[in-house]
Amino acid sequence: MLTKVLTLVSKWAIPFLLLVIPLYGQLKKVPVYEAFVEGAEEGFTTAVKIIPFLVGMLVAISVFRASGALDYLSRLLGPALAAIGTPSEVLPLALMRPLSGSGVLGLATELMRVYGPDSFIGRLASTMQGSTDTTFFVLTVYFGSVGITRYRYSIITGLCADISGLLASIYICNLLFR
Amino acid sequence: MLNIIWLALLASGIIIAAINGQVEVATEAALGAARGAVKICFDLIGVMALWLGIMRIGEKAGLVEALARAMRPVMGRLFPSVPADHPAMGAIILNLSANVLGLGNAATPFGMKAMQELQKLNHNSEEASEAMCTFLALNTSCITLIPATIIGVRVSFNSTNPTEIVGATIFATTCSMLLAITVDYLFRTQSRWGRNRRVD
Repeated sequence: MLTKVLTLVSKWAIPFLLLVIPLYGQLKKVPVYEAFVEGAEEGFTTAVKIIPFLVGMLVAISVFRASGALDYLSRLLGPALAAIGTPSEVLPLALMRPLSGSGVLGLATELMRVYGPDSFIGRLASTMQGSTDTTFFVLTVYFGSVGITRYRYSIITGLCADISGLLASIYICNLLFR
Repeated sequence: MLNIIWLALLASGIIIAAINGQVEVATEAALGAARGAVKICFDLIGVMALWLGIMRIGEKAGLVEALARAMRPVMGRLFPSVPADHPAMGAIILNLSANVLGLGNAATPFGMKAMQELQKLNHNSEEASEAMCTFLALNTSCITLIPATIIGVRVSFNSTNPTEIVGATIFATTCSMLLAITVDYLFRTQSRWGRNRRVD
């Protein structure tokens, strides 16, 4: 039931917006196509502007990921997180969460392939995947698009949110799925 | 802060790869990521153009402004430095709504539009404004009602109940969002990072 409703909403959300906004514009006598093109023009410049920021950040994250540094961190943090009910298999995913969206998705997919989506590990990985957005990606892309290089306290805020999202995932999954 | 984190990620990665006796992994990762980053940006161009075009129609029709007006009580409190009828407000609301619905590819263009509007209020400084920090705090921690991607993965592995994690996800994102709002508020009002900001 819930699956059906949610798939229906995700299936319809974009066509709905693409239909309703231009229709409403027409109703308000907006020259819709002209307005569309005018707005769309900004897409190119904005996307290109992000390139240097994204190259810098993704290179650093990717080297860090590929080096196996995460395994060392996992081993370091493992005992503490095991004490609050986190299987060690999920740890790399938790550490990856703020750094790389595609990395997390890859790890979550792998965990579900190995342990099954309905195992505790599969459910916890799924919940963690959706618990928060990729802080470093979001900050890099959004600040990059307007040329801001000094992020002030926003990294700390983002990381606090990530940590609380991950801890909340562990708590709720232990409560619901154990 | 960012300089140190960036250097730490890069340097520790290379050193650890070297200790593990596979320093060539770092080379591959660096070059691959550099290419990948450009690909991401190029993929973004089309999606950005589409949504920014649609948004311009909404702006001209007064839809974005109406949205901002409707959400004024909440938004005014979260963004005291942004005038209630500023276009940034409409873009922020659109971005957060897209996030809530799990429409990642629509969320990014709206979010960048919001950043551009906020940057106008920031006098094109190179330093993040308080409103930007609040916006990104909300954005990275935003409640997700429909975690569409992960549901898709669960379906593909024949889960007996692909959406059973939705409740748990909503709980977790609610926690992270509340914490993000609190931490941001504390920084903005209590810390030297907030107070030292020049007033102009």
